[in-house]
Amino acid sequence: MSNPNTATVEKYRNNFLREVEANVEDGEWVKMCMQCGVCSGSCPLGPHWDHPPQEIFMMIRANQRDEVLGSSSMWFCTSCYNCIARCPRELPITHIMHGLAHYASKLGFVPKNQQTQKFAQRFWDNLYKKGRVNELKLGLSLYFMNGFAQGVKTSLKMQKVGLGMYKTKRMNPFEIFGGHSCKDSKGLQAALNKAREIEEAKAAKFQQA
Amino acid sequence: MTDVVATNQTILVVGGGISGMTAALEAAECGKDVILIEKNPSLGGRVSQLYKYFPKMCHPTCGMEINLRRIKANKRVRVMTMAEITQVTGEAGNYTVNLKLSPRYVNDNCTACGACKDAVEAEFDDEYNYGVMDSKRKGAYLPFFMAYPQHYVIDQRLIGTADADKAKAACQYEAIELDMPEQDLTLNVGAIVWATGWKPYDANKIQPYGYDRIPNVITSVELERMMDQMGPTGGKILRPSDGKEAKDIAFIQCAGSRDRNYLKHCSRICCTASLKQTTYVREQYGDDGKSTIYYIDIRAIDRFEDLYHKAKADETVHFIKSKVASITQDKATGNPILHGVDTEGYNRYSNPHDLVVLAIGMEPSVDFSQLDVNMTVNEHGFIENDPSNGGMFGAGVATDALDVNRAVQSATASALRAIQVVNQVAATQGG
Repeated sequence: MSNPNTATVEKYRNNFLREVEANVEDGEWVKMCMQCGVCSGSCPLGPHWDHPPQEIFMMIRANQRDEVLGSSSMWFCTSCYNCIARCPRELPITHIMHGLAHYASKLGFVPKNQQTQKFAQRFWDNLYKKGRVNELKLGLSLYFMNGFAQGVKTSLKMQKVGLGMYKTKRMNPFEIFGGHSCKDSKGLQAALNKAREIEEAKAAKFQQA
Repeated sequence: MTDVVATNQTILVVGGGISGMTAALEAAECGKDVILIEKNPSLGGRVSQLYKYFPKMCHPTCGMEINLRRIKANKRVRVMTMAEITQVTGEAGNYTVNLKLSPRYVNDNCTACGACKDAVEAEFDDEYNYGVMDSKRKGAYLPFFMAYPQHYVIDQRLIGTADADKAKAACQYEAIELDMPEQDLTLNVGAIVWATGWKPYDANKIQPYGYDRIPNVITSVELERMMDQMGPTGGKILRPSDGKEAKDIAFIQCAGSRDRNYLKHCSRICCTASLKQTTYVREQYGDDGKSTIYYIDIRAIDRFEDLYHKAKADETVHFIKSKVASITQDKATGNPILHGVDTEGYNRYSNPHDLVVLAIGMEPSVDFSQLDVNMTVNEHGFIENDPSNGGMFGAGVATDALDVNRAVQSATASALRAIQVVNQVAATQGG
């Protein structure tokens, strides 16, 4: 920063855009948005969320950090990929949305009672342990996500489906005791831990810069 | 037709639109021998299909007339229509060009009296009118009223039918030759100017806009034909679904352009073309008309900015900053409904209009990779100004998406380049 010219530019640099580029998956694409709005118009859930993708991208560029990270927008994404298919500039919008969601959740910005976030976290924890999704445990943890009474109610409602799955051997009740696993679940965990380490190192590097 | 004399001091111009005519005339008026070939039965190209052109909003028939007078007055230009290139070999100063001449079935005796047209019954889609309102033309036809040469054409599909014989019987000038053969011709030329022009991007490929399934979604070139007094609608803007006048018209910019799903490049003319077409709406309906332009950003380059300011000052013209996401149709009224989110406020809209005009993008009309010609083109298919092209030069819209003004400038430049090549030949041959 010895060059006074660089220092001046640095002062005006958009810090949140830089933060997103450094920490969010495919974040470097955000600056490529030309604000045409086709993503927002093509999104099947568009009418229901706080800010459509093009607005989120503009907010990132306008340094509205808290509003972006605290918004419900990225949690509405169902990965239908309509936006990616139609974007005239090839922005990986779906991936950026997931990246933003992940980053917001890591920083504790998630809105209260965000159902999608709750599900995503349970799914991840479930998968992390064995390298395979334990459907029984995942299902039950979802039923009881909003309290015991609600859990019992949902379980009773889903009784028939569960029995059907059992009969057709789609679900094994003994999965409740540990359940099946991939070949080297410890190895998988080591790999995932390493990935997290790299990700955190990258974020730390940004904090220092 | 076979008595064409060409030497390696001759310049061949491929394409008889505004650029080709300009390049041919500029070179010929500098004293060079020029052969101008056109694949259609008439010169004129796509500019002749416009109602008006910007920025002066005058009628292209006027410029066409001037160019035709120049061609008729100049003995150095030899025009060949219905001619297509099949192969080019050789190098700068010495090209061998193989041509295919399709039969017109009408010779130079034709006086364009139209008796053959009245005699035949078969009708075909009218390519000059882009098929607007399912417009048809007869099997014996004059391509358009200012066609050059001013000779009728017998459609190839008529040959062998009773209609062809009726046409021949109706002609009192012995102009119709139903056994006219297809000819192959080889020319030796010094330089070649490629003024092969453009074609509108296929609107059917822009699936969310429903051009193939919603009748009241048309393209900008079709609107030009509607405005023609002698055109398929007699100069009225009509809805293809019910033939009613369309007063509330939406223009969608970047229809096919600036989109990696379709054409990556900016077609450059569409913004100004839509601004021009809003004046058509005003011309027809005065204050009762309504134009709405949906855009990403208006690219009215340099002095065309004036047109933008004029349109903005017009209370019947509205601008919505948004690339429309999709179009559906209201079944009861046939109105197209435009869906999207705007960028000034991020408001979600579903706007019905009487008619939607897609400001369709430009793509090169010739795919050189499919042609036996060694030409360097860019990633969009436009001809590059590349030394490896030797004595071959692109002119007009074959080189880039250009408006008429810039196409003519480009054509003049290419004529000068071609002249330099044949001058070199003359210097070594002592011509």
